[in-house]
Amino acid sequence: MKRGYAFGFLLLAAVLAACGGRAAGTVNLDGSSAMGETVSVLREAFTEKRPGIRVNCSGSGSGAGIEGALSGVCDIGLSSRALTAEEIARGAEGHLLAWDEIVVAVHPDNPVQTMSAGTLVDIFTGRLRRWSGLGGEDRPIAVYGREAGSGTRDAFEGTLGIAGQCAYTNEYGSTGDVLGNVAGNPNAIGYVSRSAVDETVAVVPLDCLLRRPFLLVTCRDNPLSEAAAAFLEFATGEEGAKYLPLSGVAPAWEGRP
Amino acid sequence: MSRAGERAAQAVLFLCALAAVALLLLLTAFFLSSGLPAIREIGWKEFLLGRVWDSADRAAPQFGILPLLLASIYGAAGAAALAVPLGLLTALFLARAAPKGVAACVRQLVRLLAGVPSVVCGLVGMTVLVPFLREWLDLPAGDSLLAAVLVLAVMILPPVVELAEDALAAVPAAYEEASFALGATETETWFQVTLPAAGSGVLAAVALGIGRAVGEAMAVLMVAGNVANMPTLLGSVRLLTTGIAMEFGYAAAGSLRQRALLSIGLVLFVLVVLMNALPHLARRKGGRP
Repeated sequence: MKRGYAFGFLLLAAVLAACGGRAAGTVNLDGSSAMGETVSVLREAFTEKRPGIRVNCSGSGSGAGIEGALSGVCDIGLSSRALTAEEIARGAEGHLLAWDEIVVAVHPDNPVQTMSAGTLVDIFTGRLRRWSGLGGEDRPIAVYGREAGSGTRDAFEGTLGIAGQCAYTNEYGSTGDVLGNVAGNPNAIGYVSRSAVDETVAVVPLDCLLRRPFLLVTCRDNPLSEAAAAFLEFATGEEGAKYLPLSGVAPAWEGRP
Repeated sequence: MSRAGERAAQAVLFLCALAAVALLLLLTAFFLSSGLPAIREIGWKEFLLGRVWDSADRAAPQFGILPLLLASIYGAAGAAALAVPLGLLTALFLARAAPKGVAACVRQLVRLLAGVPSVVCGLVGMTVLVPFLREWLDLPAGDSLLAAVLVLAVMILPPVVELAEDALAAVPAAYEEASFALGATETETWFQVTLPAAGSGVLAAVALGIGRAVGEAMAVLMVAGNVANMPTLLGSVRLLTTGIAMEFGYAAAGSLRQRALLSIGLVLFVLVVLMNALPHLARRKGGRP
């Protein structure tokens, strides 16, 4: 019985310590799932430098991240697209973290080698429906995209000038979802962040560059905690910039495209 | 126990029951108050019969839930069309035809099926069913209304079997004995006497199954493709539930988009309530025991 009490006490102490640690320094990030890889590299480096501060990160999409920063649900929002005028009017402030490239991924067995921007538009708007038209096998094309509100989707459609005109076969809720499903379907084509690509899919070289910003979003009206301010300074400063190339994105000072 | 203790115990029971009812009332009030204003703002006709759901368009969002509503209805009806005959015959087997040992064994297995979490059903659908449909039917991707129907059918089978078996077991033995006495065989009796006599209970099983299917989100999210098309059997569809699940995180608090998603919640709620009320209404009208 005594041991039971002792254990209970320890558990309680641990819970209290965890809560206490949270109060001392926690940064909650939420938003673009495409930024997951980049943020996790930064987070690791930051935790080494400031072991007292805990950085949590979840990927529920750029739109949700910006909303989170505005409503105070998270400390810093992650957006993989530029802020809209409406969001800025409501108090959102974007801090340029890095430049990312959106790449087009297909199944590794897909023989199609390169693609022009025009072909991409034809595929994503549904004018081109079979791979045989591109020198591939005689299979239907499965066009995979992200859900409405995704920064990757906004940036991809916006850059190609086909906003709202895409005829998607399927829509997925995260970058990882698109990657996994492209890797599992020989008919598939989908767009993802360069920083998220792994060897399970093949990247199709394009004749155009689909660049978009990675932003850390704060709100003018919600003052940052000391911990969140420290993370923001680290991530957007010179120190953070050293780590950015590890995740395949270009630091902010490399200039606008 | 003392009289006071007895009374206290009964009061606790009453309070617990009251809490359950109060929760339901609160939920109803929440859905009505949060769902109705947006529907009025969008317009009943545009909301329920609009064919385009494009809530993310910042300039001119469109909130027509017909594609989602139809996908939900087709999905649930299709699942019921598969699961009800199968479930009914399984229930008949369990309640009448099966030897005791076999029945107990099958019953346990059906219960086990009921315990499979929906995300696991979705996982199997995603990794086995969807690629199979894609290759077999030469589709771009196998995610489709058909995949959703098949997964939902598996998920609603156990409750249909269980409720239908209860209904069949409750049929008085005298009915069947009378049938045997008239010279009917066992199978003739089961199909022509037992099943019709269990009518209202069987209807309840069907309604429960459809209600479950309408409300399921997770498994469907994984196999339906999630594009808000007007539903076709082999095309990607978005259901009412998955529409909410996909978008709620993106909707700004208090925006028309968020309130429209709450209105979808209201529609779902009404659908499920209707499915639950159906057997009661039918019983009153039909007048069967």
